Amino acid sequence: MAKHVVATVAEIPPGGRKIVTVRGREIGVFNLGGAFHALINRCPHQGAALCTGAIVSRLEAPVPGEYRLTRPDTMIRCPWHCWEFDIATGQSWCEPDDVKARTYNVSVEPGEALAKGPFTAETVPVSVEQDYVVVEV
Amino acid sequence: MNVALRDPRIDRPAQAHLGFIDCDVHPYFRTPADFDPFLSQRWREHRQSIGGRPRQGLAKTSLYPRMSPGNGMRGDAWPKNGGPPGSDLGLIREQLLDLFDVRYGLLAPLVGGAAAERNVEFGAAMAVAVNDWQCAAFCDPEPRLKASVQITLEHEESALAEIERRAGDARFAQVNIPPRGLEPLGRHRYRKILAACAANGFPISLHLGGTSGHASTGGGWPSFYHEEHPSYVQSMQTLVISLVCEGVLDEIPDLKVVMVEGGFAWLPSLAWRLDKHWKRLKAEVPGLKRAPSEVIREHFWVTTQPIEEPERPEDMLRIIEWIGPERVMFSTDYPHWDQDDPRYAFKVQLPEEWARLIYRENARALYRLD
Repeated sequence: MAKHVVATVAEIPPGGRKIVTVRGREIGVFNLGGAFHALINRCPHQGAALCTGAIVSRLEAPVPGEYRLTRPDTMIRCPWHCWEFDIATGQSWCEPDDVKARTYNVSVEPGEALAKGPFTAETVPVSVEQDYVVVEV
Repeated sequence: MNVALRDPRIDRPAQAHLGFIDCDVHPYFRTPADFDPFLSQRWREHRQSIGGRPRQGLAKTSLYPRMSPGNGMRGDAWPKNGGPPGSDLGLIREQLLDLFDVRYGLLAPLVGGAAAERNVEFGAAMAVAVNDWQCAAFCDPEPRLKASVQITLEHEESALAEIERRAGDARFAQVNIPPRGLEPLGRHRYRKILAACAANGFPISLHLGGTSGHASTGGGWPSFYHEEHPSYVQSMQTLVISLVCEGVLDEIPDLKVVMVEGGFAWLPSLAWRLDKHWKRLKAEVPGLKRAPSEVIREHFWVTTQPIEEPERPEDMLRIIEWIGPERVMFSTDYPHWDQDDPRYAFKVQLPEEWARLIYRENARALYRLD
């Protein structure tokens, strides 16, 4: 596991995402209400680019006709077969017991700390004045 | 890599699919005016000023709109230069033909409205136009793509003429017939058309869906797309039962029937029921000389997408064993939302010989490709 600088914090505003390539794998980095999450860009069902799908809410109905829109804007819906995954945990809503999308640890680090290392800046130049999104791969 | 807790799922990149023949690829137009060059002025003006009159309400949309944008398109298949998925040959090559080294792709154009047009003369004109359009837009520039002859089933004269006109043209591999007609396909009114397909060497392809005006289920209109999608299987079952019980397949021994996108795990159990009744009810259908299961195994082919995903993946092998691995053909359904990726569609390892048949050889033999 190494830490990789993938974006400035300002690059991924709340509700936004950035798809990065770290050590040969595509990873979607999401900002959900200020908290950053990272998910592999590959659906465990048939391999589609999962992180390019729509960000949706989780809709629940304890009984038919009674709807609850829970967890607004926290699920990613695969652009192929509409399988939905929790962006924070990678858990599948379709098959929660069996299938999971790989997640990665993300942190926000000040440029000052990054300048000291031992981080790998992928393609993002680091300056001490800014904060950065760091993914562990 | 992904974490799969029970099944290995997709962490099993296979090579068996390479060079496969895709039995279900959907071409689309950029705008409806794409068909105009292939219509006479009489029908071009009709299309522009009056337009289609399908056998359903909501003529401009599906009866059951889907959640994926574009009414059921794969989310990443929208061409960057505009137009809907399936309209850009470059992107079809990139995402399908070149990516998987596809040997041939069988086009299933769900466009033009010919199949369900109430004005059957306009329907016939649109069928011809869509056939010419398939060649001009797809098959001529990309010979790996094979066209399917569109006809209007409710206008026999034009259907027969169009089948004969395209016969012997290597760009056309089969005749598309809607699985949801006004009446079950085995009825006498359709017999000449089916005979003409067989006589001219065309298998008939029945692609799931369509709008006949009947409810998609045998018992009324469903509420949700979730219901509608599997309910189309009933129309597939109806046509199997009808073709078998009306004796069509003994009358036209060369007729080859391909059921596209209708699933197939239901086929064995349907055949078991038909066989059971055949033993008891022979007097009613004396024309049915052989066991229905025997007729089905001889005359029907199925395509794989949307692939059945049984809870116990190995059940798939038993189902294919019953149907016959020489009657199952791989299809992606590109660029629809529920398309299958040839690398990961099967959740079970196919025996090598089966994979060869299913991915390539069955379609190659049926459509006389190469």
